[in-house]
Amino acid sequence: MEALFAAALGILTASGVYLLLRARTFPVVMGLTLISYAVNLFLFAMGRLQTGATTVIGASAEYADPLPQALVLTAIVIGFAMTAFVVVLALRSVGEMKTDHVDGRESAR
Amino acid sequence: MNHGLILPIVLPMFIGCLLLFGARLSMPVKRSLSLSSTAVLVLLSFWLMWQADQGVLQVYALGNWQPPFGIILLLDRLSALLLVATAVLAFFALLYATRGDDERGRNFHALFQFQLMGLNGAFLTGDLFNLFVFFEILLIASYSLLLHGGGPDRVRAGLHYVILNLVGSALFLLAVGVLYGITGTLNMADMAVRVAAANADQAPLLGAAGLLLLVVFGLKAAFLPLYFWLPRAYASATAPVAALFAIMTKVGLYSILRVYTLIFGDDAGMLANMAQEWLWPLALLTIGLGVIGALAANSLHGLLAYLVVVSVGTLLAGLALGTPQALAAVLYYLLHSTWIAGGLFLLADLIARQRGEKATQLIQGPALQNPHLLGILFFVGAISVAGLPPLSGFIGKLLLLRAVEPGLQALFLWPVVLGGGLATLIALSRAGSTLFWRVGLSQLDSAELDRGRLLACIGLLLLSPLLVGLAAPLLTYVEATASQLLDLQLYRQILLPGGAS
Repeated sequence: MEALFAAALGILTASGVYLLLRARTFPVVMGLTLISYAVNLFLFAMGRLQTGATTVIGASAEYADPLPQALVLTAIVIGFAMTAFVVVLALRSVGEMKTDHVDGRESAR
Repeated sequence: MNHGLILPIVLPMFIGCLLLFGARLSMPVKRSLSLSSTAVLVLLSFWLMWQADQGVLQVYALGNWQPPFGIILLLDRLSALLLVATAVLAFFALLYATRGDDERGRNFHALFQFQLMGLNGAFLTGDLFNLFVFFEILLIASYSLLLHGGGPDRVRAGLHYVILNLVGSALFLLAVGVLYGITGTLNMADMAVRVAAANADQAPLLGAAGLLLLVVFGLKAAFLPLYFWLPRAYASATAPVAALFAIMTKVGLYSILRVYTLIFGDDAGMLANMAQEWLWPLALLTIGLGVIGALAANSLHGLLAYLVVVSVGTLLAGLALGTPQALAAVLYYLLHSTWIAGGLFLLADLIARQRGEKATQLIQGPALQNPHLLGILFFVGAISVAGLPPLSGFIGKLLLLRAVEPGLQALFLWPVVLGGGLATLIALSRAGSTLFWRVGLSQLDSAELDRGRLLACIGLLLLSPLLVGLAAPLLTYVEATASQLLDLQLYRQILLPGGAS
C-alpha cells in the first residue's frame, strides 16, 4: 500500500508542478489543485497508513491517529477557499488584461 | 488564565464580522467602528506588553486542555513586541485610509480587521498548525487588500502574489506534516523537546522539514531567492495597504525567529542552529540586491519597496548571528523599519497626489503645492531609513554592527551594511532632488493636502525620534526579550501542569 500511495502522490505532484509552470491561468489553477490534493493525502498519511484500526486508544492494539484527519479537513477547507479566490482573480485578470498569461502579456516568440 | 491573551484575535474578528453584516451601514459608522477597534487594539497591545514584561510566559489554553494537548496561545516578550508594532502601524494606516482611500473598493474595513486578526493570531499562537491557519487568514485578507482599488497593475501583481503564496502554503503543510509524523505533536514547545530527543534516523527528515519551513517563511519574509514578488506587489498597492504590508515581511521574520530559536535552537542536538548557516550569506546578498534594486528604481514606490527588501536583509543578518546582542539589535531595528517604511509609503502617496499623472515616477513633474512641509518629512524619513544619526535607523544599525565580534563575520557585515546605507542614501537623495527640485513652473491645483492624511503620515514618521527618545527603556526590553528567547528551559516549563500562568 505504501508504494502505491507514494507513487500516486509523486504523480499528482509532478503533474501539478508541470501545469503550474505552463504560466497560463487555467493550467496554473489546475496545477495548484493537484498539488493541494497531493499535500492533503500526504498529511493524511502522516498518521500512518493502516486499515480497520479504531481511533480510540486502548480499544485495540493498533489505533488510527485522528489528528491528521482533523488537519486534512482544515487544509481542505482552506484550500477550497483559496482555489475559489484564485479562480475569480484569474477571470478578473483575463478581463483586465485580455490575456490568460500570468504575466499579463504574451511572451515574445 | 488570563483571558486578555485572546482579545487581540477576537476583537478584530468580531468587529470584522460586524462590518461584513453591516456592509450597508453608512461610511462614517464603518470608519468609526474600525478606527475605534484598532485604537482599542493599540491600548490592548501595550497592556499585553506590560504584562509580558513581568518575565513570566503566559499561556492561554483554548478549551482548557493541558498543553501539549489542544491549541495554546503563548504570550512572551517577543509576541507582545510584535503586537505593539502591528497595532500602532495599523492605527495610522487606517487613519490614512479613512480620508477617502477606503471608498475605492468594497469592504475595506472588514478586510482590514481580518488582516489584523490574522497578524495578531500568528504572533500569539504556540502551535505550528495554528500558525499555518493564521497565515492563511492574514494571506486571504491581504490578497483582497492588495487588489483594493482595482486596475490591471494590481491584478497582475496580485496574481503573482496569490499563486506564489498558495505554493508556499502547500510547502508549509508538507513541512508540518513531516514534523507531526515524526514528533507526534504540533505544540512548538513540545516539538522542541521531541526534536532534541530525536535519534540519528529521524534527524535528516526533521532537518528536511525544518528547511522546508525556512523556504515558506523566506517567501513571506522576502529574502534572496524569494523576494521577487515583493517590489511589484508593494509598489502597486494603495498607500494605506502598502503601509500595513510593512508588517507582512516581519511575520516571516518572526516565524523564523520563533521556530529556529525554539524548535531548532541550541538544544536541538544534531540540528542545532541549522538555519543560521543558510541565513547568513542569503542575508548579505539580500541587502546587496535590494540596494541595487533601490538604485535602479524608476519610481518612489519602487524605491521604497526595495528598501523593505534591504531592511529584511539587515534583520536577517542579525538573526543569523544569533547572539543575544544581535537579537536585541534586530528587535529594535524591526520596530524602526516597520513604522518608518509604513510612514514613507504614506508620504509617497501624499507626494503622488500633488503630481497628477506623473505620480511618483522619478521624472520632472509639476511643482508641489507644499514642497517645504513634504520635503522636511521626506528628509526625516530618508535619514531614518538610511541609518544616519540622530534618528532610530542609526541606533539600530549601530547596535547590529556592535553585536558582531571582530573577525571574519565583521569583515563581511560591516562593509555590506554600511555600503548599503550609503547606496540607500544616494538613491533617496536622487529621488528627493528629482521630486522636490527638478520641477516645472506650473502647479496642479486639483489636490489639496488633506489634514487627516498628513497627520497619519507625520504620526508614523515621528515615531523615529520617539524611538530614539525612548531608546533606554526599549533597549532594556529588547535585551530581556533576546535572553528570554534563548532561555529554552522557560518554554519547556509550559508543558508541566501548572508550569505557566
